[in-house]
Amino acid sequence: MLRALIALILTLSFFLSTASAQSADAPDRSATGGAQTLEDIMARQSGEAVDNSFRSDATGDASRAADISNQLGTLGGNSDPELWRALRFGSADTTASNTGPAATVLIQDGGMSWLKFRSGPLATYGGALLMGMIALLAAFFMYRGRIKIDGEKTGRKITRFKAIERFGHWLLSGSFILLGLTGLISLFGRKFLIPTFGHDAFSFIAVGSKWVHNNVSWAFMLALGMIFVMWVAENIPHRSDINWLRKGGGIFSKGHPPAKKFNAGQKLIFWSVIVLGLSISVSGLSLLFPFELNMFAATFAKINATGIGGFLGFGELRETLAPHEEMQYSQLWHSIVSFVLMAIIIAHIYIGTVGMEGAYDAMGSGEVEEQWAREHHSLWVEEVLGEEVVVAKPVRAVKAPASKAAKAAKTPAAKAVKGSAAKTTKAPAAKVAKAPAVKAAKVPAAKTTKAAAAKPKKAAAAKPKKTPPVK
Amino acid sequence: MKIMFAAFLAIAVVAVGANLILKQAGFSSQERTSGAAVRLDN
Repeated sequence: MLRALIALILTLSFFLSTASAQSADAPDRSATGGAQTLEDIMARQSGEAVDNSFRSDATGDASRAADISNQLGTLGGNSDPELWRALRFGSADTTASNTGPAATVLIQDGGMSWLKFRSGPLATYGGALLMGMIALLAAFFMYRGRIKIDGEKTGRKITRFKAIERFGHWLLSGSFILLGLTGLISLFGRKFLIPTFGHDAFSFIAVGSKWVHNNVSWAFMLALGMIFVMWVAENIPHRSDINWLRKGGGIFSKGHPPAKKFNAGQKLIFWSVIVLGLSISVSGLSLLFPFELNMFAATFAKINATGIGGFLGFGELRETLAPHEEMQYSQLWHSIVSFVLMAIIIAHIYIGTVGMEGAYDAMGSGEVEEQWAREHHSLWVEEVLGEEVVVAKPVRAVKAPASKAAKAAKTPAAKAVKGSAAKTTKAPAAKVAKAPAVKAAKVPAAKTTKAAAAKPKKAAAAKPKKTPPVK
Repeated sequence: MKIMFAAFLAIAVVAVGANLILKQAGFSSQERTSGAAVRLDN
């Protein structure tokens, strides 16, 4: 019964919608002699689409031209409005003394919609995205504060990034900052900087900004290539990423999910930068070499071929685009992708500087505090420091076995608890005794003891986790 | 720190270098869009 009712309603609504589409027949323009009527003007002002073919087709006919001695004879039979309509809608035959693919385009009718979009939704939503990200990070900082290193700092450093890696990163980030700022000036400058600094000063800023943007882009593209080559291997998804993501990176919880050299969050940043950066670079190259690298027509043709237009409801995209249209789409795409990338990078800068203690060192000096590494990239520390895996693991394990070992340690160490030296000798002894109980059971006791004795500092490293229960 | 400054210096070098190279190779706006009859440099 219900199904029949739904079927009936859907069928009726189908007929209703088609009926309303057919209600608009060819408008009567005899009152204005073929020119646009008040209805057309009202429709355009309210944002409806107006079929302009009555204007684009009214470009005159030279074959009906009056004789040269008649009135309007010298114009070749076309009136001025007809001439301008031909220029506006691209059907005029023009030649120009300057060169270039689009030199003969004097008026581009479709450009108004681009201009309105660029100064309207693009600027508004793009700006809102950036402000929103900053607000979100500020709120997060107020709630969570700076993420500190939980355990006690060992004072030892592990090399995280070599000089060439840091060079590549700073080449990319330095150029990105310059490109982002100059890009924002290009989009928002006229609106905000002219009222502030006046026309002459802004002209200087704008010309300089364009020079910087166009030329620093090469450094960005070079650095993007370097970063990809250096880090793609370590950014391939790994099993540990699933767990890391499920725990939200431990950002709201107390624990530290294990991670290799790059955790899942960093991998997201890497792939965002590579994919979006590549997209920005390609659209940017199209903008650097105007009218020469036209990619949207072909892209639209490919999209149409997939048939997704019919599925999502936007129909067929046009497959022939005028030269200026191609450039306009390139500019819009370039801006939209750059806003997204800027928002992501603002968050990246936050977490790498203010957001997390010990994170900046990775890119600053390349050497990170070992405790920071153990907490945030435990699997990477294991790889780097080698066999300490066996000793380190129980420390990193769940608190329960550690406290059991600590309780065992407490009794023999009860008298010598105050001396830290005593702790050093007692704790690993108790731990070694407990080692067979934990995962390290496979390793022969002799080896563990030797490891513990030969490298006392590893035991000292184990100390931070053990201290609270011992106390 | 040093690496960071080296990278920033590299940005400047690449930017200036790219500008010069592209102009030499004939990719300036003047070269691409104007003609012999246009007098832009007085």
